[in-house]
Amino acid sequence: MDGLELHGLAAGYGGHDKVSGVDVTVPPGSWLAIVGPNGAGKSTLLKATAGLIPHRGEVSLDGTALAGLGRRKRARAHAYAPQSPQLPAGLTVTDYALLGRTPYLGPFARESSADLRIVADVLLRLDLSELADRALHTLSGGERQRAVLARALAQQAEVLLLDEPTTGLDIGHAQSLLDLVDRLRTDDGSTVVTTLHDLTLAMLYADTVLLLDSGRAVASGPPATVLTPEVLWQHYGARVETLRTADGRTVLTPVR
Amino acid sequence: MKQAAEPGLRPTKLRARHLLVTVLLLLAVVLGAILLGAIDLGAGRVLGEIWAQLTGGVSPLSAQEAAILWEIRVPRVVLGCLVGAALAGAGAAYQGVFANPLADPYLLGAAAGAGLTATVAVVAGAGTSGGLVPIVAFAGAIGGVVLTWTLGRAAGRGTMTLLLAGVVISAFLTAVQTFVQQLDTTTISKLYSWMLGGLGSPGWSEILAVLPYIVLAGIVLCICARLLDVLTLGDEEAAALGIRPGLVRMLVLGAACLATAAAVSMSGLIGFVGIVVPHAIRLLVGASHRILIPLSLLGGAAFLVVADVVARTALAPAELPLGVVTACVGAPFFLVILRKGTRNGRA
Repeated sequence: MDGLELHGLAAGYGGHDKVSGVDVTVPPGSWLAIVGPNGAGKSTLLKATAGLIPHRGEVSLDGTALAGLGRRKRARAHAYAPQSPQLPAGLTVTDYALLGRTPYLGPFARESSADLRIVADVLLRLDLSELADRALHTLSGGERQRAVLARALAQQAEVLLLDEPTTGLDIGHAQSLLDLVDRLRTDDGSTVVTTLHDLTLAMLYADTVLLLDSGRAVASGPPATVLTPEVLWQHYGARVETLRTADGRTVLTPVR
Repeated sequence: MKQAAEPGLRPTKLRARHLLVTVLLLLAVVLGAILLGAIDLGAGRVLGEIWAQLTGGVSPLSAQEAAILWEIRVPRVVLGCLVGAALAGAGAAYQGVFANPLADPYLLGAAAGAGLTATVAVVAGAGTSGGLVPIVAFAGAIGGVVLTWTLGRAAGRGTMTLLLAGVVISAFLTAVQTFVQQLDTTTISKLYSWMLGGLGSPGWSEILAVLPYIVLAGIVLCICARLLDVLTLGDEEAAALGIRPGLVRMLVLGAACLATAAAVSMSGLIGFVGIVVPHAIRLLVGASHRILIPLSLLGGAAFLVVADVVARTALAPAELPLGVVTACVGAPFFLVILRKGTRNGRA
């Protein structure tokens, strides 16, 4: 089976499993949203998938176990963007995006003109060309998130692991960022895994959702079948109803 | 693939004009420092001597005057360049590794550690410079930074914790150093002027003894410049890009400690160079280490030579301790950085 597969993945900090027993398959080119109440272990699961924290179980991509790859090879397989990335003050958008080429460079090497072309192309696609020489700390929230995405895309990885990519963005910016991710996914055929706390957005963009509660995967499948009012009441204690939009999508809305 | 973004990206890197400006500045400063001194040799005659040395012609200086120039002034200026480059390069590296704009060899315990072990070595009879002292000071510098880092980590994360830990460790190590100094009063005045910091009157052999350490450290730091940029993303993201943050940090800290130790062993405790110079460079050309590290090395050299000229001439014929001069420039500068950092919520 191709795509990204997690088998019996368990991870945590200080010997305590924050998440355990996660099995999920993400077909190539699809979008998995990891959802769940606060503290369910969404970010932990994403970090374990990226191999950034100690974990048990297996993560494989297209049949290859990622744990067996070297660090650099692994960084070419998946790109990871944390929820609150550190944006070094004074670095320009170009410099920052170029850091995404690290897995392709020798430890002490500098970028070649090919690397520059790749990054120029990424900036163009993300509508960042105008901002290429701007310092990161002068960007707006939405521009920053795009810069982070540019750095991840410069990695040219098959899988994008994005931790809450819409953090701090208003509804319009959140939408345009997710639209962008979706377009990149369709254009490049890359696989996207995001944690998302906004269930409405998760339903709109993801092909599959994985619902975590207290570190256990309690349900996975197409959003409309997993995120039902009953399930949300059970795991979030939330009162919601499903509505059907004019174009036939199912969406959630809180009710009182 | 489409022809990407004309006229193309302009990544931050060391460009010829940066290098040209800094090197010319350094040369001008060095020349000025060689021309100025307690005994007026006359600018034209000094230039004539340099020209004569280069072309093999006849020098306008007497043998004694030539000796003043080549055995007293020039070595001191060369040492100033080396020490300044070492301290500023190390400062830029510490700031990168600790993601902390206020990190400095002087503030992180490296200098105090090097000072302590160098004092122990001198009291034990190793002589004030050359030979064993740089190696012993190196161990002390590493020890000081490790202690500061350990204490800082134990107390929490963040700029302030690390700085406070550095202050505590430095104070402690300096106290121990003072104690060791008291044990042997015959070396006390020599050690005291060494502690205040100064270039003194080094011989060429002493300069050659520390030269390899500083050159090696400078090369390692320049080579690691891109990795330092990756490290500024934080350990998690650096690891996600396929590098080993711990290993890079060790390598860079090793080089920075080597530079600090070499500088401290030759010139005592000269503070603030590692803060003033990298920050000035950041303001002028940006924060990427690819440009910050090499220009800090060159700028640090120029800065310390100028500071030494001030130290030599401000109260001539008396000499100010060099550490006092750099502190007078550095302390106000430090406050400005601290204010800026606090406002940006980074401190």
